[in-house]
Amino acid sequence: MLADIGLIALWLAAAGAMVQFVAGMLGLNSRYAGLARTVVPVSIAQAGLVSIAFACLIAVFMLSDMTVQLVVTNSHSAKPMLYKIAGTWGNHEGSMLLWVTILGLAGATIALFERRLRADTKLATLAAQGAIALGFYAFLLLSSNPFTRIAGVTEGQGLNPLLQDPGLAFHPPTLYAGYVGMSAAFSFAVGALVTRNVSADFARAMRPWVLGAWIFLTIGITAGSYWAYYTLGWGGWWFWDPVENASLMPWLATTALLHSVTVLATRDGLRAWTIMLAVLAFSMSMVGTFLVRSGILTSVHSFAVDPERGLFILILLGIYIGGALALYGWRIGSVTEGSRFEMVSREAALVINNLLLTVILVVVLAGTLYPLALESLAAKKISVGAPYFNATAGPIALLLLAVMAAGPLIRWRADKARLVITRMRIALLAGAAALLALLGFGGGIGILPLLGLVVAALVAVASIAPLWKRNLRRTPLFTWGMVIAHLGCAVSMAGMACDSAFTKENMTAMAVGEIRKVGPFAVTFVGLREVAGPNYAALEAVLLAKKGDADSAIMAPQLRQFSDPPMLTNQAAIRTVWNGQLYINIGENAVGNRWLVRMWWKPFVTLIWLGGGMIALGGLLSLLGRVKRDLTGKRGAAGEAAT
Amino acid sequence: MKRRWLLWFPLALGLLLLVLLFLGLRKPADPTIVSRMVGQPLPELSIPPALVGHPGVASRDYKDGKPRLLNVFASYCLPCIVESPLLLRLQAMGVELDGVAVHDTVPDLQKFLAKHGNPYRRIGLDNQGRLQIAIGSSGVPETFVIDGKGTIVHQHIGVVTEADIPILLQKLGRMQ
Repeated sequence: MLADIGLIALWLAAAGAMVQFVAGMLGLNSRYAGLARTVVPVSIAQAGLVSIAFACLIAVFMLSDMTVQLVVTNSHSAKPMLYKIAGTWGNHEGSMLLWVTILGLAGATIALFERRLRADTKLATLAAQGAIALGFYAFLLLSSNPFTRIAGVTEGQGLNPLLQDPGLAFHPPTLYAGYVGMSAAFSFAVGALVTRNVSADFARAMRPWVLGAWIFLTIGITAGSYWAYYTLGWGGWWFWDPVENASLMPWLATTALLHSVTVLATRDGLRAWTIMLAVLAFSMSMVGTFLVRSGILTSVHSFAVDPERGLFILILLGIYIGGALALYGWRIGSVTEGSRFEMVSREAALVINNLLLTVILVVVLAGTLYPLALESLAAKKISVGAPYFNATAGPIALLLLAVMAAGPLIRWRADKARLVITRMRIALLAGAAALLALLGFGGGIGILPLLGLVVAALVAVASIAPLWKRNLRRTPLFTWGMVIAHLGCAVSMAGMACDSAFTKENMTAMAVGEIRKVGPFAVTFVGLREVAGPNYAALEAVLLAKKGDADSAIMAPQLRQFSDPPMLTNQAAIRTVWNGQLYINIGENAVGNRWLVRMWWKPFVTLIWLGGGMIALGGLLSLLGRVKRDLTGKRGAAGEAAT
Repeated sequence: MKRRWLLWFPLALGLLLLVLLFLGLRKPADPTIVSRMVGQPLPELSIPPALVGHPGVASRDYKDGKPRLLNVFASYCLPCIVESPLLLRLQAMGVELDGVAVHDTVPDLQKFLAKHGNPYRRIGLDNQGRLQIAIGSSGVPETFVIDGKGTIVHQHIGVVTEADIPILLQKLGRMQ
């Protein structure tokens, strides 16, 4: 019953998207002004209908309705309620429905609240949103119907055990919120191109969406990295896995867009480039979805793989991106050049930021797709691994951060290099002090971690400098946002550098009663025991980690054997102290009564994710600051140029 | 606008990307990776013998002008049982075959060879994964062809089947 209501709502929502697209495009012609008036109510109705469809899907999962195919393949009546609900989007069909639901809600939000934009640009933007949604509805209804029925089944088949983690409940919604935010930015860009209105007003309308998407992508990447760190059990926090790259590429493009849209909103410069970045950022999120869903590259996410669906996404990708880039080629020539600026200016610094981010993006994209290209064109097989990415993206990222230290201290339009260096003197001193300290006491660390720590010190101090001599209570929220996000980059960089420079590893075979040292810890193997979980049996090692005489803690890593479907996973035991983490894993039986135990002492590794959180928080403050300023009506270049 | 055609450059790049993705889609990913060591000399290594009566495997033994097969296997590996009659047939044809068992125990190996036959002249036992890392083998079974100068000329990943025998013979015979 609920499944039928859901399917009907989904079809009606698809019809709504069609009307939104057609009426929006026709409405641009003044002869069809009547049609134009229907677009706003239709957008809202579409959002309502797709929300009903999604609510129905959640309900059939909660009720474990085994007449629905999707529930059978992805759920189980004995599963905890949280995982039943999360199971709704822990699969291909459900996650695509989540995608269009968020997309529909985004469209309704634009329809209801966007008032700054010229009427025709808003109309074209909503039409573009309708077109994107229509493609995804077609995908859902024609090849991934979440409401397909099945008869004669009484119990479900569980869920991929790797995905039985509270993080799963939040991972896809977070990522999709980010991707959909990008689709809104993309729609704004298409709307601006169609109506030849690439202006500061357009940039201000687009900016909250870019910021919102960026916050979600940042959270998604940070959380995903921590998930891989504690679940995959190798002690690493970034593997340059194709799926990780698929999330990193849209983030890089969005980070670039975030900075160029500020130039457009504040100084009315970088018009064509901002449009290009909006298209690029959305393309990257679609390419990311495609890489994950098509199975074209192997990775942890291969549970979601299906080549036929891959083709469908590829066709959608072709229509959207091909269409947008063709529109770009056709229309951008008529976009007049924006304001000019000097070589030493905030604008120029942001252009350098954009170029470096784009170079990193290209490097990552090339590394991700090169094996694919070689295999298709030359029938050769290679695997591009971490050494390539670290050696190429690493140094550019360092350079990017170094430039970031100076950026916020340079004035808009024109400045003097001498003055900028004067403003940076304390930061430069901090960097030099870090360099001397590391050369003196660092114990011969590698060149990249060394530079990483020096740049982190430089950026940490420089990022606070914009608050210098300011009345902190009158400093706008978005300035705070920038300061905290930039400081977060420094914190995260410091964590990465510390992890690669100072990690201590001990891989060993231990018998009960033996003691091994790793970093400042002495670890005693106390014993082994069998533990039964809700749907797995685990072998648990009990270890006692002592640091000095006072501080000791029990650590219990597990080797988990899931039953349905059968799968072996490794649950690391992690002990967090103020200056780092002790990370212990239990492996298989070595010889006799000895067990393989892997231990790492990772000083300050937690800074990586703390920094990620700060970057997201900075984005949130910025967003709140912008929205607040919009609501109180204090906009205009005068107020913004002062920041 | 003199260089108007440049505006179409992003579209061209985008289309190129789409074509690439489409080509990739028609060939679903296959995670097997060929060793980079094919065409390279066998790295210096010495794997201790597993059983009395069979020497271990050392790279210096592969430079005597005689091409050989080097089979990576294990007693717990089902596909290794499947390929064992074919390895015995290769041995009967006069092919010299050496084996390295990985992550295995001596009693298990004895049982395995007694039950499924022993095609090997040298048998090494490698429980540290040294050989696999050195020659770029990612699993069992794998069969490497090594020429008389000690160069790895071919890597066969997975079970040796009837159809693979001519290929292996040709790789061995071409150097003779």
